[in-house]
Amino acid sequence: MSITDSTPKSQAARAPEILTGSGAILKSLEMLGIKDAFGLPGGAIMPFYDELMASTAVRHILVRHEQGAGHAAEGYAAASGGIGVAIATSGPGATNLVTAIADAYMDSVPLLAITGQVFSTVMGTDAFQEVDIVGITMPIVKHSFLVKDPAEIPATIAAAVHIATTGRPGPVLVDVTKDAQQNTAPFVWPPRLDLPGYRPVTKAHGKQVVAAAQLIAEAKRPLVYVGGGVVRAKASEELREFAELVGAPVVTTLMARGAFPDSSPLHLGMPGMHGSVPAVLAFQECDLIVALGARFDDRVTGKVSEFAPDAQVVHVDIDPAEIGKIREAQVPIVGDVRDVLVDLAVAYRDAVAAHPADYAAWWQRLTTLRETYPLGWDEPTDGHLSPQKVIQRIGELTGPEAVYAAGVGQHQMWAAQFIRYERPNAWLNSGGAGTMGYAVPAAMGAKVAEPDRVVWAIDGDGCFQMTNQELATCAINGIPIKVAIINNSSLGMVRQWQTLFYEGRHSFTDLETGGGTRMIPDFVKLAEAYDCLAIRVTKEEEIDAAIELALATNDRPVVIDFVVSRDAMVWPMVPQGVGNSSVQYARDHAPHWEED
Amino acid sequence: MSHVLSLLVENKPGLLTRVAGLFARRGFNIESLAVGVTEIEGLSRITVVVDVEQTPLEQVTKQLNKLVNVIKVVELDSTASVVREHLLVKVRADASTRSQVLEAVALFRAQVVDVSSDALVVEVTGDSGKVQALLRLLEPYGIKEIAQSGALAIGRGGKSITERVFKS
Repeated sequence: MSITDSTPKSQAARAPEILTGSGAILKSLEMLGIKDAFGLPGGAIMPFYDELMASTAVRHILVRHEQGAGHAAEGYAAASGGIGVAIATSGPGATNLVTAIADAYMDSVPLLAITGQVFSTVMGTDAFQEVDIVGITMPIVKHSFLVKDPAEIPATIAAAVHIATTGRPGPVLVDVTKDAQQNTAPFVWPPRLDLPGYRPVTKAHGKQVVAAAQLIAEAKRPLVYVGGGVVRAKASEELREFAELVGAPVVTTLMARGAFPDSSPLHLGMPGMHGSVPAVLAFQECDLIVALGARFDDRVTGKVSEFAPDAQVVHVDIDPAEIGKIREAQVPIVGDVRDVLVDLAVAYRDAVAAHPADYAAWWQRLTTLRETYPLGWDEPTDGHLSPQKVIQRIGELTGPEAVYAAGVGQHQMWAAQFIRYERPNAWLNSGGAGTMGYAVPAAMGAKVAEPDRVVWAIDGDGCFQMTNQELATCAINGIPIKVAIINNSSLGMVRQWQTLFYEGRHSFTDLETGGGTRMIPDFVKLAEAYDCLAIRVTKEEEIDAAIELALATNDRPVVIDFVVSRDAMVWPMVPQGVGNSSVQYARDHAPHWEED
Repeated sequence: MSHVLSLLVENKPGLLTRVAGLFARRGFNIESLAVGVTEIEGLSRITVVVDVEQTPLEQVTKQLNKLVNVIKVVELDSTASVVREHLLVKVRADASTRSQVLEAVALFRAQVVDVSSDALVVEVTGDSGKVQALLRLLEPYGIKEIAQSGALAIGRGGKSITERVFKS
């Protein structure tokens, strides 16, 4: 307690409160408006947990595995648009966070990871539970700090949150030694941020914006290529206005599903390896790409040398290193895409005042593609459910206000394709890193951030077995998520590739969780053990009732085991290593791969 | 092609690992690296010689600029900068060859910094060409040991890299 509390002078005149380092971490989090954190204690972080126990400002949710804390924090951040916080102890606690940190790095998720470190006096001696987590995570963090002095804590936590949430967001690690947590120092707030090397550009160059508008106005076949940056920048409204003003077709990448409403007639869907045919071919035929917060990922471009051969590129990104990394941009624009879109709309109006743009022929072509190649699927013939149908019904019965978190693999692609997204932050997935096991903890984090929304984890039987322990966290802490296991009894996407590219040799992809197998584990029994409402669906006519029961159940988590066909495949598909023009539609039959 | 980059950085623990790790992870080849203090307390300067073409070089500098502790990255053009390397070489030199070695040392305006009965330690500073030429000349006598610094570089003219940063 501060001895100056009784003398109500101006705040500046007060001597700062003396706090332990742990107290300073907590107070800093409070001052920064952090309401929730996910973590698991251990020796080197115990002083901080002792503070956390009494906190009313920060709700701590005890996870069952630190990876769960990391993904929960990611889901929390992705669903809310704010920052997520994960806490772990030193050594294995910290290394268990590594996958989630890498995931957040790849998908630009604002994540604050706080780890305990051994006493500074024994660092470097291979002390019990000592690992160099700052060193281990160096290539996968936006920045990291090692704190040995409690006096540095307020400024470090504030800097970490500032760096994680501004510019291109990303994970920041703060590793705090146990002595820094125990020792005391004056708590100075607000701290002075000393970051001379960190100055993200947000306001774009006016000349570049005018040049971009001119290119758009002159283009005959423009395409707006929307990436996850639009979601992180909260620029959906600005994007909608811009797209409607220009009247150009829009594609939303895996990371950007929901950034632009699926119901818009301008929307061609998702591009990429499993994109819609119109979205994929629009790239190949367009004469201008307007890339907004997108990074020309290999899953979008296919073979880069054959990607969008006729297109000039306007590339808007807040990270200058993304511009020109994969594809040269004729007009590079470094800036916050939300501000750029506003400026671009103004400049576009001026540019078209002289000669109105005309995309009629372009739209005619795209409409033909859209009508000829709608998304669809073949009904399975093995008596099991169609996974696409299950996922589509979940989306239709739940609606666009819900949050959908997917794992990684076939079910993820189907969830991106067959759920209609109308708002940003409704679709959470591991796009860049492809982290199996993301769904359950991410859904948990999303539900904590957005308790009034329905939150679905659309998971695979493989993914679910990686992180389902967090169902205990959900059940105990009153976090009623809904999990749909799209159970095809196998590592489905790998199996699909084995079917297509490895002569059907299904090497180690059989999980024996599904219909006609031993069903190990029995997901219904497993979910019941976690005190969840557990439902198994094996027949098509049971699908809707199960989803409706899940939607009506809010006193505990729900797990539905949808026993689906293992032979269902994700179509369309651009095979790896070839150009987008080689997209296989294959609605009615699998294409003959031998031909290549 | 070789490019000389000068990095103004905050002198923080792990900074060198961040820089070196970035080069390794992005697949860029470091030819040499030299680190030292600057005229401003708390700031260090890293001179990196990197072997890349122009387009990847742009990617290197952009990625370096993203490191929070990197304040400024400048490519130093060879025509507008001075680049120097420092070499210590232990060369065999007994009574029969010592005078010839000393002659070579004098020609290069190098210095002898240690003498023993069978060897000399020679010190030379210069651009990469000069250092290599001296080594070639000494080689026939027998080079026993080399310690060589990475390149150091500084721009010509009155302006300094720190001025460029802190004026704005």
